[in-house]
Amino acid sequence: MADVEIDSECSNINQMILCRQKQVALLKTLMGEPSQPTCPSVFIYGHGATGKTLVVSTLLMTMSLPHAIVNCIECQSSRQLLVRILDQVANHEPRPENNYCSLNRCENMSVFVRLLKKTIEERGIQDQTVYIVLDKAERLRNMDANILPAFLNLSQLSGCNVCVVLLSQIVWEKFLFGFGSNFFEPFVMHFPDYTKNELLHIIAKDTPEGYSADFYSSYVNLLMSIFYMVCRDLNEIRHLAQLNFPKYVEPITKGEATERDSHKLWRHIEPHLKKALQTVYLREVTSEQWEKYQLGETSQQGLPSQPSSLSSRAQIELPFYSKYLLIAAYLASYNPARYDRRFFSKHHGKIKKSAVNRKKETSHQLLGPKAFPLDRLMAIFYSIVDSRVAPTANVFSQISSLVTLQLLAQVGHEDQLDTPKYKCTVSLEFIRSIARTVSFDVIRYLYDFVK
Amino acid sequence: MMPKRTRQDPTEGNSVIQKVQNILRSRVCRNEIPPTDIIEESLKVQRQHLLDLIYRCAVQGESNSALVTGPHGGGKTMLVSSVLEEIESDRNVRNNLLIVRLNGLLQTDDKIAIQEITRQLRLDNVVGDKVFGSFAENLAFLLEALKTGNREEAQSVLFVLEEFDLFAHHKNQTLLYNLFDICQSAQTPIAVIGITRRLDVVELLEKRVKSRFSHRRIHVFNTLNFPEYKEAFQRMLTLPSDLKDPKFVKRWNKDVEVLCGNATVHDVLKKTYQLDKSICGLQSLLLIPVCKVTEDHPEIEAVDFVESSKHIATDSKAAMLHGISVLQLCLVIAMKHLTDMYDGDAFNFEMLHNEYLKFMQRKAHVVQSFEKPVVLKAFEQLVALEIVKPVDGHGSRTQKEYRAMSLLVTSAQLTEVMNTYPGCPSELKHWASNPLPT
Repeated sequence: MADVEIDSECSNINQMILCRQKQVALLKTLMGEPSQPTCPSVFIYGHGATGKTLVVSTLLMTMSLPHAIVNCIECQSSRQLLVRILDQVANHEPRPENNYCSLNRCENMSVFVRLLKKTIEERGIQDQTVYIVLDKAERLRNMDANILPAFLNLSQLSGCNVCVVLLSQIVWEKFLFGFGSNFFEPFVMHFPDYTKNELLHIIAKDTPEGYSADFYSSYVNLLMSIFYMVCRDLNEIRHLAQLNFPKYVEPITKGEATERDSHKLWRHIEPHLKKALQTVYLREVTSEQWEKYQLGETSQQGLPSQPSSLSSRAQIELPFYSKYLLIAAYLASYNPARYDRRFFSKHHGKIKKSAVNRKKETSHQLLGPKAFPLDRLMAIFYSIVDSRVAPTANVFSQISSLVTLQLLAQVGHEDQLDTPKYKCTVSLEFIRSIARTVSFDVIRYLYDFVK
Repeated sequence: MMPKRTRQDPTEGNSVIQKVQNILRSRVCRNEIPPTDIIEESLKVQRQHLLDLIYRCAVQGESNSALVTGPHGGGKTMLVSSVLEEIESDRNVRNNLLIVRLNGLLQTDDKIAIQEITRQLRLDNVVGDKVFGSFAENLAFLLEALKTGNREEAQSVLFVLEEFDLFAHHKNQTLLYNLFDICQSAQTPIAVIGITRRLDVVELLEKRVKSRFSHRRIHVFNTLNFPEYKEAFQRMLTLPSDLKDPKFVKRWNKDVEVLCGNATVHDVLKKTYQLDKSICGLQSLLLIPVCKVTEDHPEIEAVDFVESSKHIATDSKAAMLHGISVLQLCLVIAMKHLTDMYDGDAFNFEMLHNEYLKFMQRKAHVVQSFEKPVVLKAFEQLVALEIVKPVDGHGSRTQKEYRAMSLLVTSAQLTEVMNTYPGCPSELKHWASNPLPT
């Protein structure tokens, strides 16, 4: 009788969660009967969207075991974390009726262990295993140093039958760092990534109405031929599949093709998907904008303009001198100081040709910006601005406001007033577009391009 | 009513298998003290030493302090709890001894520790299980209470400090100083027993604290040789004879004996022993096979152990690398070459992208080429997985493209991944083993 129940339960879970039979089975054997002792801590790792949280929470729900599931990102301090666990173990939920109050105040781990014991006794679940699931457990490393080791050994510390399940994307070895020797090995379990077929199998579950599952999976298969190289995340692929499906079936709804004209459908969708890779996947266009864009494209039938994307923020309106200051900062960052004379002074004498060393140098565009002192910035600034500029407070305040705009960055905080050093943190594209507005040729002044 | 009935359930209604599981699981899951004779056998001297010390404190009113040190999984906590169990069963001692248990992981500073001591001693500023008063008040009160007692009349107090080294990190080591100070002077008889894994723990103590400590050390080292280790393995699986179904127990124990003679099991045990000869390591090896015992599968087989040891030995980073996309794999290979090229120096994303482009120009027909933002997204996912790490913390002062990075994957791990990666393009494999000519 009991066996039949368990079997049906098991198949039920396997229907809800696809392609995770092995992990579900292993977890179930580890859990055993509710009254049996379990190992003190289990650590589950795997990539995002491999069903870690889903499997664990579904298992706990369907078997209706006492548990608490807490996401560590939501808890800024260890106090919040502990209070939430206690609330969930006690089946208490902060609601408007109880003024969003938690059941207990819990300042530290010592109190937590005492209260946990009390709560478990009050609910009368001493002889059941209580599961505490900590999602995104990598955040535990940033909390107090005693939290993680204490959770790993909670069953011994509290004397209750508790099993702590940690879920993370990061491997276990990285959790040991910094805790000295006071840790306890959990049982480590890996959730492997889904294979291509498994992904297809799972996504086929959300076939839209009116289409056959085969049709939908062949569509997803096409989609994956574009996206699979970059992205193996189930959630992302699923989202993209849903987003682009209306476009895929457009020829069918218009009556230009049937479900079996796979070649025609593919030709129709391919350029569209490639565009999606550059826009929606990078979130430069929101999904809503993308849907609107698709609709607009079908209605106008012409060549629609690209939806205005977020990356077009590359153009910023700046005051005239700020532009020159930024250009000067860029030149100072990416040119070695010893070539300043050559670029910016009128009579720089002979240029020594030291071709020997040239080849070994890595391009400055690759190495990134170097720091430069304020004097050098001002010197370059005066030399590239044609008109005479007085060094007024205005100019200097523009420099510091460029820093707050994060177009420049101050390096080293020691001497604020004396000789501050800066770095230019904008890209070449950006600076070129700025320079174009003041008709200044940056490339001619850049060492990497001139040498 | 309800809890009582359910608690009776496992003793009456359940089948033999479930009882067997209960017994074995509690052995493997580290929440049961093994019978005294086992500890007696391996840690006889240490146990006697500790027992004497506590007896002298409880009966003769002698103050003392000792440290139990030993590596992880050596049986320190087990030794102490077995001694405490024996002491508590002695009525003469029980009435004359209060036990205070503290843990460095829970009592992270002296204030919490003092509150906990007050609570456990049930002193008169405790109502229910809440303690009142400030830290200074509590400390003064506690010291007063401990100092007014004398050797003859007062009840002895035994302090057990687990994770003793963490107590040494408290500010000024006030708690340790006071405890050891009471130990040294003729006040209430107390015994302080510290449990720690650090062998150099005495060096952590301040000079004044160190001088008050008795320097009595009890070392618990793991001295099992392989035959003993194997015997421990057998003993862990053997069932006690007082179970309900003697026939089953007999058959089970015989099976276990056969299992120990098995060559495969021998190999697995040898391998585990060489990695980690503590009992904890053995317990984690046994965990899966023991949990797998069910009605349909009522005996443990050698295959289970092989599987379990494989599970323990998996390289988690290689397993994670298995799940990254082809583009990310390209990046990891490029990073490896960059690290080799610059003799382990840090690199940034621009250099990485440059290297990636070089590969793409040569073998563009094989692997689809992607735009820079897409590559950057793939790179950032790798950073989030901590496969690549920024060299200088999380400063937002440089752009993310120019932040210095270092790779946290060895070339052996990369080779392993290249071999197991599903549908890995052969050009990529070639590139992984041969860097591009410059």
